[in-house]
Order: sequence, then C-alpha cells, then structure tokens
Amino acid sequence: MKPFTAFASSIAVLAADNIDTDQIIPARFLKTTTKEGLGLQLFHDWRYGKDGAAKADFPLNQPAAAGAEVLVGGDNFGCGSSREHAPWALTDAGFRAVVATSFADIFYGNALKNALLPIKVPAEALAKLHAAGSGARVQVDLDSQTLTLPDGSSVAFPVDAFPKRCMLLGVDELGYLLQFEQEIGAFEAGRVAPYDTRTRPEA
Amino acid sequence: MTAQTLYDKIWSEHIVAQRPQEPVLLYIDLQLVHEVTSPQAFEGLRQRGLKVRRPDRTIATIDHSIPTSDRSLPIADPIAARQVAQLGVNCAEFGLPLCAPGSGHQGVVHVFSPELGLIQPGMTLVCGDSHTATHGAFGVLAFGIGTSQVEMVLATQCLLQQPSRNLRVNVTGRLRPGVTAKDVILALIAQIGVGGGTGCVIEYAGEAIRNLSMEGRMTIANMSIEAGARAGLMAPDEVTFAYLKGRPFAPQGPAWDAAVARWRTYASDPDAMFDQEVTLDGSALEPMITFGTNPAMGIGITGSVPEPARMAAGVERDGLVKALAYMGMTAGQPILGHPIDLVFVGSCTNGRIEDLRAAAGVLKGRKVAPNVRALIVPGSEVVKRAAEAEGLDRIFLAAGAEWREPGCSMCLAMNGDMLQPGQTCVATSNRNFEGRQGPGGRTLLASPITAAASAVRGAVADPRSLA
Repeated sequence: MKPFTAFASSIAVLAADNIDTDQIIPARFLKTTTKEGLGLQLFHDWRYGKDGAAKADFPLNQPAAAGAEVLVGGDNFGCGSSREHAPWALTDAGFRAVVATSFADIFYGNALKNALLPIKVPAEALAKLHAAGSGARVQVDLDSQTLTLPDGSSVAFPVDAFPKRCMLLGVDELGYLLQFEQEIGAFEAGRVAPYDTRTRPEA
Repeated sequence: MTAQTLYDKIWSEHIVAQRPQEPVLLYIDLQLVHEVTSPQAFEGLRQRGLKVRRPDRTIATIDHSIPTSDRSLPIADPIAARQVAQLGVNCAEFGLPLCAPGSGHQGVVHVFSPELGLIQPGMTLVCGDSHTATHGAFGVLAFGIGTSQVEMVLATQCLLQQPSRNLRVNVTGRLRPGVTAKDVILALIAQIGVGGGTGCVIEYAGEAIRNLSMEGRMTIANMSIEAGARAGLMAPDEVTFAYLKGRPFAPQGPAWDAAVARWRTYASDPDAMFDQEVTLDGSALEPMITFGTNPAMGIGITGSVPEPARMAAGVERDGLVKALAYMGMTAGQPILGHPIDLVFVGSCTNGRIEDLRAAAGVLKGRKVAPNVRALIVPGSEVVKRAAEAEGLDRIFLAAGAEWREPGCSMCLAMNGDMLQPGQTCVATSNRNFEGRQGPGGRTLLASPITAAASAVRGAVADPRSLA
C-alpha cells in the first residue's frame, strides 16, 4: 500500500442512511477470485437500468459527481455483509474516503485495511455536505484528523492510533502481526487444541 | 477479582500480546473458510511466501456459489465454477480439510460446522462471513471478518482487535404458540435498529432464550449482525451440552466430563456490569415479518405497513418512502394478505433440521398455492439426509414445493437461484436489502412456519391460522 497523504477533492453525495454492502457491490459479482475491476459494478443496481444503461437520476451518474474521490453517505454506512469487495469496489472506482455519521463495524475495519478512509462526522457537518451537493470541494487530512468542508470550516474525525499509523506509513497489519511469531508460539504451547480438523469424521 | 461478562472471559483468555497504544493480538481457535471470501487471501499468502500456520484449526466448505439443483451436472456458470475449483486448489496446496459436495458434510458454512461438533464453548472463531455470529449460541466468541483478516488468521492464527462493548438483551417470559426464535430476533432488531448493536457484543439471556433449542439459539445469534453487533453470545447450558454430546469432533470418554466442567465456567458473573441492557418481553410477541428494505423494518404479522406521513421530514422518512416504493407496499395497509410469488425456506438462519420440521408441520397434507413457487433448501448434506430419513422431503414434494440440494441459494442469489424483478418472496433468511435475492426482487423476512403458511395461502399469512 502507498502512504495515505492529505488531498483535496470534489465530493459525490449519496444522501441515504443504511447504505448496505449489497447495494455497494451486489452478491452476484462476488464470484471473482481477484480484487481488481470491481469498480465497474459499484452500486450496480442503483447505477444501471435493466437494459444496462446508466440511470441519469442516480447521483453518482451525474456530471457533478464525476472524478470525486470522497463519497458522502448517511448514517450506518456499509451495514450488512463482511465482503471486503465493498471497499475494493469503492477504491477501484477512485474513492479514497467515505464520509458518514456512523459506519458498520466490519465495513469500517475493512476500509482502513484498503487505504479507504472512513470519516465519521457529526450530523451538522454531514448536513452541510448534503446541502453543498456533489461537486463541492473538501480537504482530507488524516495526519491532523480533519476534514475541511466546502464552506472553509473544518471538522475533526476520530481514528484509532494504530490503523492511522498503518495508513500514513502505507504498511499493512499482516506485516505487523508476523513480528509476533515468538509470542504466538508461546501462547500455543500453553493450550491444548480441542481437535485436529484434518482428522475427518465418518460421514 | 472483578466480575466479568461472558465476553470478557473469552476475550481475556485469548490475548496473546498487547503493546502499549496498540490493539490486542487475539488468538483464534478456529477459522471457517468458504469459496467467496478466501481466494484473494490465499493469493496474498502466495505472494508473501507464507503457509497456513494451523491447518488443524481451519476447515473449509463450499456454499455460496454452488447450484442447489442436480449436483451430478457441472456448474453452468464458468465464473462460479472457477471460484469453486479455486477453493479445492487452495485447500490442497495449503493442506486444509475441505467438506466438498458429496463428502457427506458439505453445507452452509454456519450449518455444517456445529453439526460436526467443531463449535465448543469458550472458543474464538472467525470466518469471512458476517453471519459467523451464529456460533455465539454455543458461548463462542464468533465474528465475521474481511478477506484481509482471513489472510492474517491463515498466516498467524491471530487478529488485531479492539475490545467491544457489552450489551445484554434479556428476553423475558415464555413465547406464545406460533412465536419462534426468528420472531424474537426480528422484534429485537425492529426495537433497537440496524445500528443498535454497533460496537457491541450482544449477550442474550432470559427465560425465553433458555427455553430455546440450539437451532433456535443459532437463529437468534445469527442475526446479531443485522442489529450491527460484532457478535452474539449465549451462555452454554445443558441444552448446549446435550447438542454436542456424541458429535464427531466433540470430546469423548473422560475428556467429555472434563470439558463440560470447563464449559460451565463460560457464563457472565452474577454481578458483571454491562455497558447497556435491553429487555424484550417474549410473552408479548406475535409472529413477525418485515415490510421494508432492512431487517429493522419489521412488524407483527397482524400489524399494518407504517405511514411515512406520520413521521417528521428527514432522511429517515425519505428512507421509508423509498423502501415502500421499492417493496410495492401501501402505507397503512395490513400486511396479512399481501400478495407473494415465492417462498424460500433455508439459509444459515433457518436451514436446520428443526426449521424444516416446522415448515413440514404446516405443509403436511396441504398444498402450496398455485401462484407460489416454494423452495426448500436444506442447510447441509447432514440436514438433507436427516430430513429424508424422517420423510420431510416427501411432505414437501407432495405439497408441491421444491426439495433442493444444500447451499446458500436464494438467501443472496449468487448461485442462480434468484427472484425476477418485481417478485415478492417470503424468506426465512436474514437480509431484505434491495436486490438481495436478485435485482428488483422483494424480500419479506419471517420464520419457517410463517413462510410455510404463506406458501399455502398464496399471500402473507399468520401461521397461527393454520395451526
């Protein structure tokens, strides 16, 4: 992963609560065995009609939303399944941050592991972004944990210290975990495994 | 020593390491693997030159992408076929056991594993699937993870975790006839909302929970994620031990007694503090059904579709208006008699033998209405064999329902079992999001007996009317 640097971008606004992972990337597109290319199917059933043509009234299809690297949702963004395909689809489509008043836990964790910054803001800040609409510009600064709104005011957002450091440095958690070989070995030595899954039972 | 919750006990027993200002390294006793959320994790291991640390604590099956029709035929969808084949390749290369179709144990990942006795109190368990919370019914800290974390657990058997908050849900009283575990969890989610459990592990307690079978408890724990909770937990008891005894991976002989003695310690201390408590009067519940596009949009079966006009303007009201339009529901109308096209009985929520028995109890000697297609999908090969041994398959077929092969099927419509746009389905699964069962499809979540009663009536029906 590349280090996550501060950036300015226009926003794309999708003003709805409880945007679930089945909308972000419908299950029938999860048959892929790679991470790439899912951006084409991002919000597929909201974006495209039955004939496959883009729906003009869907906010992300409108010209003002083009090129946005920041998606603005509502409350409880990313609820539903654990599919990491959701952040993969968002980043593949060019998004680097999602703004919401709250996030579902699994989506939040998955986003942080994929250089997609989940930005949790108070309701007033979200209302300002909804009012400003797609195309308005914001600045995202993870280091100072601030989001600068289109009116120039800025709002602080929370991020745990550990994932923040990982994102800023562009390192992943597995590399960190692998440093604990000795501790994991010692822990395992003190425990008896209840069974061996490879010992197949009789059918 | 300070009093601990059940969650606190399991958590603290599994801490491998913690450096200051850093998350806890939590040991994972068992990882369940399926074909959809694992290929990129195995590819990651290859790229880093890593192996699976504990193949003996890992087990795989195939459930999401496989057809539930004739298994002797090759998988018609080439992309699904490739994904299924890839899991076989990955398991062989990394030395992991795989319960493939025809093995006698294949099934929905959260159905096949308890049947084998793999799920034992006090464990930590993960799977790249949000319904992993199911296993909390055994007093197991079980939660869904993303593919990056699947790779971490394969490589290190550990995860980096922050502690969750403790939320206790007390379900008091006795459930009335016709009211099932599914109705309890739908009522809870309707009460606390789809984000009501965010950041929490829910411990379910109370008389109504204690009186449930393991199947019923799994139904409730399964849908903890639909309230946004990381996991759901229930203290193990005699019902748990009776379920586990004699299962293939359960301890045997003297080891059994020692295990039960240890398992009994997995309960919240009487004076343990919870961050939040919610009470639900189980004796006041009626059968539940959803009318909208998230699992919190549920009402009693004799209730009416909510009216947006009675709500304050805002995103929430807009959401309800949009949901009713999507679902083809009329505000203020009773839900009973709402027209349907399909009924789906199955999934990790309600695809177990007890669920099939309940549905068969309603369908016995009756016919599925001519306007309805009914799919009965057993949760596993074990469930299928048990159902056939009891003659449930013949009841379903005589009623005009389809008796299919085990898999996730029409819960999430990955495998070709799907609704057509505009069709309405009463489903025993767990999510009613837009398009969950196919683009434009409309899902009403309910219990197996409500689903079966609706199949017979050809419209949303109260199961108590067919008792």
